[in-house]
Formats: sequence, structure tokens, C-alpha cells
Amino acid sequence: MADQVTLLDFWPSMFGMRCRVALAEKGVEYEYKDEDLWNKSELLLRMNPVHKKIPILVHNGKPVCESLVIVEYIDETWSHKAPLLPSDPYGRARARFWADFIDKKFYNLGQKVAMTKGEEQEAAKKEFIQSLKLLESELGDEPFFGGKKFGFLDISFIGFYCRFYTYEMCGNFSIEAVCPKLVAWGKRCMEKESVSKSLPDPQKLYGFVLEVKKAMGIE
Amino acid sequence: MGEELKLLGVWGSPYSRRVEIALKLKGVKYEYSEEDIFHNKSASLLKYNPVHKKVPVLVHNGKPIVESQVILEYIDETWKDNPILPRDPYERAMARFWAKFVDEKCAPALWKSLMGAGPEREKAHEEAHELLNTLEGELKGKKFFGGESVGFVDIMANFVGYWVGVLEEAVGVDVLTEDKFPVLCKWAEEFRNCPVIKENLPPRDRMVAYFRDQRETITTFYKNKA
Repeated sequence: MADQVTLLDFWPSMFGMRCRVALAEKGVEYEYKDEDLWNKSELLLRMNPVHKKIPILVHNGKPVCESLVIVEYIDETWSHKAPLLPSDPYGRARARFWADFIDKKFYNLGQKVAMTKGEEQEAAKKEFIQSLKLLESELGDEPFFGGKKFGFLDISFIGFYCRFYTYEMCGNFSIEAVCPKLVAWGKRCMEKESVSKSLPDPQKLYGFVLEVKKAMGIE
Repeated sequence: MGEELKLLGVWGSPYSRRVEIALKLKGVKYEYSEEDIFHNKSASLLKYNPVHKKVPVLVHNGKPIVESQVILEYIDETWKDNPILPRDPYERAMARFWAKFVDEKCAPALWKSLMGAGPEREKAHEEAHELLNTLEGELKGKKFFGGESVGFVDIMANFVGYWVGVLEEAVGVDVLTEDKFPVLCKWAEEFRNCPVIKENLPPRDRMVAYFRDQRETITTFYKNKA
């Protein structure tokens, strides 16, 4: 029986990107459906009635929601290829811890860096950089967060790397100047086809954020 | 084999009690160390959890694991008897989804609706009702979220199962009422009566007094953390 896999997503979403990359790593064929978040489809509302958000993975009619839950589901379902989480429980716990850290810190801080001005933005920038440095120290001198191989934690953060250009332009600072290893990591990930084919162009993303800011009346 | 297992926790914290439930369900022996989380965090805590400086922290052969949901998964993967998570990937995804819902949505809204003040509390009260409705819907037809026995989601929902009742008594406000949430209330009673869980619940009188007296400290502490 052929697997039916659909991903309900929104192209600028860093959470959706996690799922795209995970599916690509596993070589899973799927149907991509871009949602209009200002006019959510009946399918979206039916598949995620609790949160009404993307991304949603629909596998043979059954929905899985929340990006990190989806990535683990992908890893466990298509387990024959490209394991995303390490095999030892401690390594897995570390990866989950840092993925949770990324979720708790970067989305809200990034939004503030991109969407606010003045003191609020400066405060957000400061904490954002602190958090980036903490994450960078977890990378150490390894090529990927997973060590020698690209994996779960790399997938968890790569969508935010795609937004670095936006954060830099909006916040008027250079991420490479403060976290060169992290930027080098991002470039290294982009060399992988599963990543480069799943992520939008950073400049296009910046353009989108500018449009949103304009529509919201933010300078 | 010299296995060293230590848990840094706080007696009244649902988060550290979750870890204790999981370890006890698996029959795993551990050393417990009580932290003075509000006034005097230990050197161990700061060393093992430098990022968040919170409990619980599980230290296994010198290696720390933090964040209760992460710790629960670690325990399940390391000690395979009496599994907490289901085996099927889809069922596991559902368990992780609902655990996150309970922890990240329900618990904060319930806390604010009981320990908060003013308009923020009103708003949280409404939100809590909606969320509890959703939870009630998910539970229908099952004894526990995990099915016939306590599982991952039940453990993660310990705040709803026990702490909510305690806070309601401490502040004199009702949220989880039987007329509105009959299924959840029945679940909460079954949960509290489970042998391993029953033995592990922090004493109710002490908790009610604690939350009553400490309301000021806790509310300020969490206000500053938010």
C-alpha cells in the first residue's frame, strides 16, 4: 500500500521547515500544501482543531501536529534511513533539551527583534545574542549539533538560520560578528540538498516580513 | 554495577514529582535531594542546570538531564520495564502532543486563574475553561489518557490531577468542577488513587498551608520569571 503523506505548511514558517527537511532527509515523497494563515482551510481546521496551526503532517489520513512531535514521528516511522535522533538515551535527551530551549527562546525573541523598535528591540537583541551564544557553545567544534552527522537538533534550528538575514536587517546587527561558528554551521547545512531544497531564499523571507510589518503599520 | 542516580527536586513541585512517579513506576532506586528553589539554590543545581537553574534535574552516573518531559522520555528509554509511552509511532506522537498541551497550555492558564489577580486572572479563568473542555473531550471513554493504566500524558497532567484541587482549596476558588468536567474529575480521582501515585503525592494539608502562606512569594517569583 502506498503511503499518503501531506504536509500542511506556510512557506515562511521555521516550524514547517523542520518538517520539510526531516521528510527530505528520509526521502519521503509527500504532497506540500501551502496554507493562507489569514484564511485557514477547512482541512487545516479539521486536522488541528486544538491549535488551528501549521505545520500538520497527515499520514494516511491521520494528523500529527506540533513540529518537533512531527519530526520525531517522521524519525520513528521511516526508521530505515538517516536516523535523526542519536541512538543513546543521553544523546537523545540532550537533543530534546536544546530543541526545547530553541522553542522557548528564539521564536519570541526573534519576533521582537524583527518587529519592534527602540528599547524593546535593543533588549530583545541582547537576549537573542546571549541565547545564540549559548546554542553556539553547544555546537562546540563539531560540524553539526548531532556531531559528525546532521540530525534532530540541526533540523530544529535550521529554520531560524534562514531568518538570520531578516533579524540582521531589522535589528541592524551582524550575527556572524557575534556567532561565527553558528553562521558557519548554517552554511554547512545549506550544502545539503535536503536543506537547500526545503528552505526559502532568505531575501524573499525578509521581503515577506517587511510586507507583514507594513500591513500591521509597523515601520 | 555501581549506578548513581540522583534527583534534585522540590517537595511541592509537580514537575519534580512527575519524575518521581516515573522512577517509582519502573521500580528504579534513586537518591533524592531537596532544593531551596526560592532562596538558596545549591551548587549542584547551578552546575547541572546552568541554562535554566530549575528543578527537576536527574543526574545519572554524573550526567544531568533536565526538563521534566525530556527526563520522562529518558527514563522510559533507559529502564524498559513498565513502559510509559506507547510503542506505536502514531500513538507516541499523540501522547507527546497531549503532554505538551497539558504542560504548555493547561497548567499555566490554571495557575494564573487560581494564583493570579485582577483582569489577568479573569482572562486566564476563561481560557482555562476552554482548555479543560478540550482535555475532557480527549479523555472520553478512557480510564486514563494512557488507556487502562497511567501513562505519559497522565503523569504530565499531574498538575491537573492533584495540584489544581490543592490550589482551589488554598485560594477558595473553583475551576475544575464536577458539573462542568465530570470526566476529568473522575480521571483525577482515579489518578490520585493509583498506588504509586497515591504514595508519592505531597501531603495535602501541608500543601494547602504552603500555597496559602506562600502565595505572595510565589506570585512575585513567577511574575518576575515570566
